[in-house]
Amino acid sequence: MSVNTMEWEAVIGLEVHCQLLTRSKIFSGAPTAYGAAPNTQACAVDLGLPGVLPVLNGEALRMAVSFGLAVGAQIAPRCVFARKHYFYPDLPKGYQISQYELPIVAKGRLDIVLDDGSAKTVGITRAHMEEDAGKSLHESFHGQTGIDLNRAGTPLIEIVSEPDIRSAAEAVAYLKKLHQLVVYLGICDGNMQEGSFRCDANVSVRRKGEARFGTRTETKNVNSFRYVEKAIDYEIQRQIEVIEAGGRIVQETRLFNPDTGQTRAMRSKEDANDYRYFPDPDLLPIVCSAEYIEEIRKALPELPEAKKARFEAAFGLSAYDAGVLTGERPLADYFEAVVKASGAEAKLCANWVITDLLGALNKLGKDIGGSPVSAQALGGLLGRIADKTISGKIAKEVFEAMVAGEGDADAIIKAKGLVQITDEPAIVAVIDQVMQANPEQLKGYRSGKDKLFGFFVGQVMKASQGKANPDAVNRLLKEKLAPPG
Amino acid sequence: MHNLSIKELSEGLKAKRFSSRELTQHHLDRIARHDWALNSFITVTPERAMAQAAAADAQLAAGAGGPLTGIPLAQKDIFCTRGVKTSCGSKMLDRFVAPYDATIVEKLDAAGMVMLGKANMDEFAMGSSNETSWHGAVRNPWNPGRVPGGSSGGSAAAVAAGLAPAATATDTGGSIRQPAALTNLTGIKPTYGRVSRYGMIAFASSLDQAGVLARSAQDAAYVLQAMAGFDPRDSTSVDCPVDDYPAALDKPLRGLRIGLPDEFFAEGLEPGVRSCVEGAIKKLWELGAEFENVSLPNMPLSVPTYYVVAPAEASSNLARFDGVRYGHRADNAASLEELYKRSRGEGFGAEVQRRIMIGTYVLSHGYYDAYYLKAQKVRRLIYDDFKRAFASVDLVLGPTAQNVAFRLGDKGDDPVAMYLNDIYTIAANLAGIPALSMPCGFHDGLPVGVQLMGNFFDEARMLNVAHQYQQATDWHKRRPPGFE
Repeated sequence: MSVNTMEWEAVIGLEVHCQLLTRSKIFSGAPTAYGAAPNTQACAVDLGLPGVLPVLNGEALRMAVSFGLAVGAQIAPRCVFARKHYFYPDLPKGYQISQYELPIVAKGRLDIVLDDGSAKTVGITRAHMEEDAGKSLHESFHGQTGIDLNRAGTPLIEIVSEPDIRSAAEAVAYLKKLHQLVVYLGICDGNMQEGSFRCDANVSVRRKGEARFGTRTETKNVNSFRYVEKAIDYEIQRQIEVIEAGGRIVQETRLFNPDTGQTRAMRSKEDANDYRYFPDPDLLPIVCSAEYIEEIRKALPELPEAKKARFEAAFGLSAYDAGVLTGERPLADYFEAVVKASGAEAKLCANWVITDLLGALNKLGKDIGGSPVSAQALGGLLGRIADKTISGKIAKEVFEAMVAGEGDADAIIKAKGLVQITDEPAIVAVIDQVMQANPEQLKGYRSGKDKLFGFFVGQVMKASQGKANPDAVNRLLKEKLAPPG
Repeated sequence: MHNLSIKELSEGLKAKRFSSRELTQHHLDRIARHDWALNSFITVTPERAMAQAAAADAQLAAGAGGPLTGIPLAQKDIFCTRGVKTSCGSKMLDRFVAPYDATIVEKLDAAGMVMLGKANMDEFAMGSSNETSWHGAVRNPWNPGRVPGGSSGGSAAAVAAGLAPAATATDTGGSIRQPAALTNLTGIKPTYGRVSRYGMIAFASSLDQAGVLARSAQDAAYVLQAMAGFDPRDSTSVDCPVDDYPAALDKPLRGLRIGLPDEFFAEGLEPGVRSCVEGAIKKLWELGAEFENVSLPNMPLSVPTYYVVAPAEASSNLARFDGVRYGHRADNAASLEELYKRSRGEGFGAEVQRRIMIGTYVLSHGYYDAYYLKAQKVRRLIYDDFKRAFASVDLVLGPTAQNVAFRLGDKGDDPVAMYLNDIYTIAANLAGIPALSMPCGFHDGLPVGVQLMGNFFDEARMLNVAHQYQQATDWHKRRPPGFE
């Protein structure tokens, strides 16, 4: 890859399919749970039996509207479902119920922040509701294809961005922000492995300064942030190379291969289906009243940006800490519960959650939902620091025991005898003992080697097995080591 | 027993003059004796029928049951019936046994009606002569060389021949009313949305509506009463109260205003049919109705509009018949594409394929605006015509069909001539309004029907007018020779 990318600019638009977290399907009463035995979660409607009719799941509509409101979009007062036709064995009716000319959500925006701190707004052209297809299983059936229709009829919103994105990094920032938002809203579980949140990338390139867009390709179903970045970078490079070599980009659909990091052509525009969209006569147009929309707006949860701002203002956290803690709604909820339970300073709680808790979870390969230490339990531990029962250092030891499942903070402190020594005569006794045991260092300190103060602190803490109150040790040592008078 | 009205049958059952089992067996016997000549049933279900009849008798013995308890009927084979073959008149579904009941099957079962079997029909309800059925043509009891009309030809022939007291039917462009006219029955297509479409195999979703074929308006009123109503499983069914149809029958016609649209009496109407319809007008006038001329200027556009909208929706609705999950599947297909092509090519008959092709074409990229969108606009104009007419009249009246029943095979080679059969009936489907056909005389020994069209949800008024007319006439009481 020797091309001079400096002369080129990429133009990227993303289409994200986001599976809505409804209990039942978008047009039937069958459950949506993932991972059930094939075809056990498909009812007559999902199977496309003769004579069945779709009925819209009100919860799917509510979720689509809440997404629209969260991205500052227009909610269509009247939107229409349309049939999109193509033949495929995992598409039971021979058409997918989707939206075409009149989608539920139009003209939204998402503000993103890039790694270098710069901000950018990406336009959201539209978001529409549709049903998912089933799955074709080619592996388990020699020479045959199995069809699992459990997924058929699962509600999706397809979120289409404007071609505002200019690099793979921007694309990833947009996707992460979008992912965070739909999870916050509680409308999607965000599970990319299971396909709950999947992305198609439309990519074209043009020479810088050129006003017109180049011919684009669409790379399908890239199921992780890292793959999106790789796929887009590959596609940008490939297109530049083709054009610089005198070739032309063909409008086509491409597939990303995670093993090679490359994309390959799947079908060209000429092979594309004529979907023959027309309004679905089985479903009446959906009319969303202003009151209905307002009701949903009022019920929206606190969104990431507002939460971050509140954490900075109310808890005095740094922008970085507030950003980490509000990255996921369960983590933010956890943090707030710790603050409440501990009665300790928010800054202390933030440090513990970010450094110790997230560190431990990372080691365990768990997310916040699977934390072995509950917010209540961590709050209890930090409360013992706040009331000086234990030092911060001892607390780390207690925390490790808590992660190992040895009980709550108080039980561990008691069992291990870790209660901090705040009794001054007891600390003075230890100091005396340390001074006697280290005459050389004592002489040195008194002759002006101030740095040896730290040595004495360390020795006292060591002799008390870390249980001595550090503040008291400092104060009393200073008194004992100070010259007479 | 097979000449009694539903009301008389119900009274007979309640008075224990005969049991539902006897009544049911009587009709099963008539089917066995006569249907070889008519071919009005695709499937007869004697065991299911006798079990339902026994249950009805038990109910009646306990002094329970409603006006339909123990009364037999035929279900058009378009309605899914649990455990019973539901073929929709097609080879495609010839081995399809529905795993669930259509809403109206549930409702009529719950009303205590006894299903005798599944009535023959044009394939996927596409036809006006019942000649497109995979199970063979149905013959008109009035003349076995003639068609019974379509697509509900099996339902019509069975009721006209006294093989069933009444039958369910469906009407997308006239499939209840035209067979009613051709077999001397009363047939009502309710307002779009009045009867649930759930479990009724879709032809053209925005036009399809289930209704009744019966030997009188009164019979139709009782059966429709049990079918009508909101169904949460059908988003297009309308949640508004259902009138009491039988109770509305006796209202006198004084003050009734009926509109006569010029467009229904223009060129093409057979003079013998015209004079029967004019006779009906005179009789209704004697009964107190007032007539005035109205205009439905866009009515002549209804056939071309319909033959864009209906095939478009059909091409989409029939996409599910792909040989993958159920229905006919071609043997030894070498590829997926071949599986589709051959399963559909072998499973669908010529008329169905023709309409799928027309529908696919009009929805295609670049043609959608010129055909489908334009047709929807014209549809709106047709609806506006009716709206304007109903501002000054209660009902609109005209012939149901231009001619009496034609010969089998007469129009088989000419789809356009066949499509023009529906010239008077299609407008009501496009507008979504209710319409009814009732007997009003004979021409060349064959029945003639007159059509009433009403405003939305005016079924009670239309049944009332038909009933009053039938109190003063006996056309509807005539029975085809050999089936008395």
